[in-house]
Amino acid sequence: MPTYTLHINGRNEQVTADDPAMPLLYALRNDLGLHGPKFGCGLGQCGACTIHVEGAATRSCLLTVADAEGKQIVTLEGLGTPDRPHKVQAAFIAEQAAQCGYCANGMIMTAAALLAATPHPDEAQIRTELAGNLCRCGTHARIVRAVQRAAAA
Amino acid sequence: MTHISRRFFLAGTAGLVVAFSTRAAHASPVTVAKDQVDGFLAIGPDGAVTIYSGKVDLGTGARAALRQIVAEELGAQIHRIALVEGDTALTPDQGPTSGSTGIAVGGMQIRQAAATARQALIAMGAERLGKRPADLEAWDGEIRPIAGGDSVAFADLLQGRAFDLGIDPKAPLKNPDSYRIVGKEIRRPDIPAKMTGKHLYVHEFTVAEMLHGRTIRPPAIGAKLIEVDEKSVAAIPGVVKVVRIGNFLGVVAESEWSAIRAARALKAKWSTPATLPGSDRVYDAMRAARVDREDVLNSRGDPTAAMSAAARTLQASYLWPTQSHASLGPSCAVADVRADAATIWTASQGTHKYRPIFARFLKLPPENVRLIYLDGSGCYGMNGHDDAAADAALLSQAVGKPVRVQWMREDEHGWDPKGPAQILDMKGALDTAGTITAWETLAWLPRNTPGLPAVPLLAPVDAGIEPSGGDSAGLLSLNADPPYAMPNMRATIRWLDGTALRPSNLRAPGKIGNVFAVESFYDELAAAAAADPLAFRKRALTEPRAHAVLDSVAARMNWTARPSPAADRSGAILRGRGIAYVHYKQTENYAAIGAEVEVERATGRIRVTRMYCAHDCGLIISPDGVRSQVEGNILQTVSRTLYEEVTFDKSRVTSTDWSSYPILTFPDAPTLDIVLIDRPHEKPLGAGEAAAAPVAAAIGNAVFDATGIRLRQAPFTPARVKAALTDQT
Repeated sequence: MPTYTLHINGRNEQVTADDPAMPLLYALRNDLGLHGPKFGCGLGQCGACTIHVEGAATRSCLLTVADAEGKQIVTLEGLGTPDRPHKVQAAFIAEQAAQCGYCANGMIMTAAALLAATPHPDEAQIRTELAGNLCRCGTHARIVRAVQRAAAA
Repeated sequence: MTHISRRFFLAGTAGLVVAFSTRAAHASPVTVAKDQVDGFLAIGPDGAVTIYSGKVDLGTGARAALRQIVAEELGAQIHRIALVEGDTALTPDQGPTSGSTGIAVGGMQIRQAAATARQALIAMGAERLGKRPADLEAWDGEIRPIAGGDSVAFADLLQGRAFDLGIDPKAPLKNPDSYRIVGKEIRRPDIPAKMTGKHLYVHEFTVAEMLHGRTIRPPAIGAKLIEVDEKSVAAIPGVVKVVRIGNFLGVVAESEWSAIRAARALKAKWSTPATLPGSDRVYDAMRAARVDREDVLNSRGDPTAAMSAAARTLQASYLWPTQSHASLGPSCAVADVRADAATIWTASQGTHKYRPIFARFLKLPPENVRLIYLDGSGCYGMNGHDDAAADAALLSQAVGKPVRVQWMREDEHGWDPKGPAQILDMKGALDTAGTITAWETLAWLPRNTPGLPAVPLLAPVDAGIEPSGGDSAGLLSLNADPPYAMPNMRATIRWLDGTALRPSNLRAPGKIGNVFAVESFYDELAAAAAADPLAFRKRALTEPRAHAVLDSVAARMNWTARPSPAADRSGAILRGRGIAYVHYKQTENYAAIGAEVEVERATGRIRVTRMYCAHDCGLIISPDGVRSQVEGNILQTVSRTLYEEVTFDKSRVTSTDWSSYPILTFPDAPTLDIVLIDRPHEKPLGAGEAAAAPVAAAIGNAVFDATGIRLRQAPFTPARVKAALTDQT
């Protein structure tokens, strides 16, 4: 089986896959135990699987494992941990910005990429940036507040 | 399974931060009987407390609230409380986590267990300390003299023993005025892990030797599987087995991606029945459907006579569409079915309820079947979670190894049981003074008596196994009657024999459509009477709690008394305000919702700019938990009101992704203004449903206020609004 070398969260990881078209998401979740990114739709419509590729928020359900080779990849786990959360994660915790939490990965990864490029977005920018990330539980208001809190941190 | 360190943050000025581990006494409880203290509570030799709860946390914050209840009533340290949820082997059967009963029923059973335990510990402490029980209190895990002095820890009194004590329904509860933890802000213990990828969802759960399965659902509901070409997946590496049982078809593979590839590649020939009416004709089909029976939900006076004698009558029909849970993550489960026993890890809301159902279709004794709850993606009733678990169970039984099944997006949107469509025919009469003299509701609903196999699981039915019971679609008929004083009123339910699609108890089942009709039609009568919609409601309500929520929302909205619609309805953007009210199930929460909207005349697009809510659920255990639920109720129902309708043709659901079944997105999410009214001396009610019920009516009433057009069919799509605006001119 072909082996792929992936640069993930600052480390080189080897994964094998019998299909080069396998989306990176499955390698992250099932081979590397990185459970931050979630399978939501497999269609690039919901954002639950969002990761950073070369710093850009990217849907890992659409990026193939073969195309991911050689790129700098960061997952939710690479941002921070429960004990040392990234400022966006800390802000989501402070705002209790989750119900089921299944969408949170995409919200946080998208927001972190936004703040890296635009440290002080206004509310409209935040909402526009998150427009492609779906939340079903209705946590939108808290999520927007969390991103604002992170921007102010 | 890893146990991770969790943190509670006691908010407020103190800013107390407590870290603790859930690696507490997870050992099997001595009993799962729900009339025994030991069924719900254990105190380990180290003093750590474990709660065994049959009700689960579906992202609602119950993990915080249940701990608050026990910490308060038992006098335990909250950071030393672990919680085991929804495991049929470890927790009492408290019924499914549905109908907003997690705290209102489940939490109160646990509170009584805690009160009984406290009484017993105080008696033990009295003997040990040589004091009178009345002079002692339980707090911080100790029995101690109220006046000060030597104390004794719970753990020292129990020495690791069980209570061996029946729950005393008369064990005195603490006076709410003395509460120190209930009603305070306690941070949810699951959020830090959820925000960092460390939380264990069922989607992440694995066991040794686990394989991956996918089911292949037919191209038409009720299709027969004619032929399967197993060779069509021969070239895909890692395929373990193609499983065919009657019309149930699945694949099992070594890796998830292989299972997905195989499910997509597998060639199968199905019959293509065309038995559905199609979503375009769903209401016509309902009106033509066989009526199982009619029930009078509520009546007083003689509405028929009053209607014919009235100065003025109105009538209107309201339509609520078929809707999906549309859970963000497709349902997932892991099943390990062996020859003589089965364990199923599932996001089910009713592990105990489904245990005998799984036992029956797996042909195993119920005592050898264990269902263990793990978090899924948010569900708002029975989504696909129980079906995914049944899929995994049949596939595991077929291969003799543990199998994980995660549905794909088209499975969840296409095959989750659906909130059924509703029709409400309304009639009302006014006298010359503008007072309502008669009201009639005729609600068309799918027959749904609890206990009927209204929502049979897909997999066993497809496999040709006798349906063995399932969930019910909920109390669909409630709130079809108006909560207002009027001399003559009748609400009739016309129960239809079946629905186009499998029905589900989707959040506030039936009540959102019913309250949409009742509160919109009440607004129609107010407008006909040229009355202010708020005053028109308040004068027909006597309960102070009803007035309190309406007054509270009105104050937040700076409500000025005037009839709707607004006098000035010129301009490209029309603005309006609306209000709606519910006494949930006519016995539970009081909730008022206000809406402010903008309607774009050229396009018919509605922008809901701000939503208001005043919510009274009695005693509030966990204020931020209630607030979070109310927010979710409002935003999800804004989405259901504006965007959501399941479409289907004559064979199958056609809205199978997020572009064909759009939901609310961030740019369109309204600002929220929520007031929680705490009633410490009332019983605590749930918060997962009530605030959803008046949302559609409040928005519809606001659109009427802005435009003078009455929206009677959801969703309020731009096309519908534009057509109504065009008809108006």
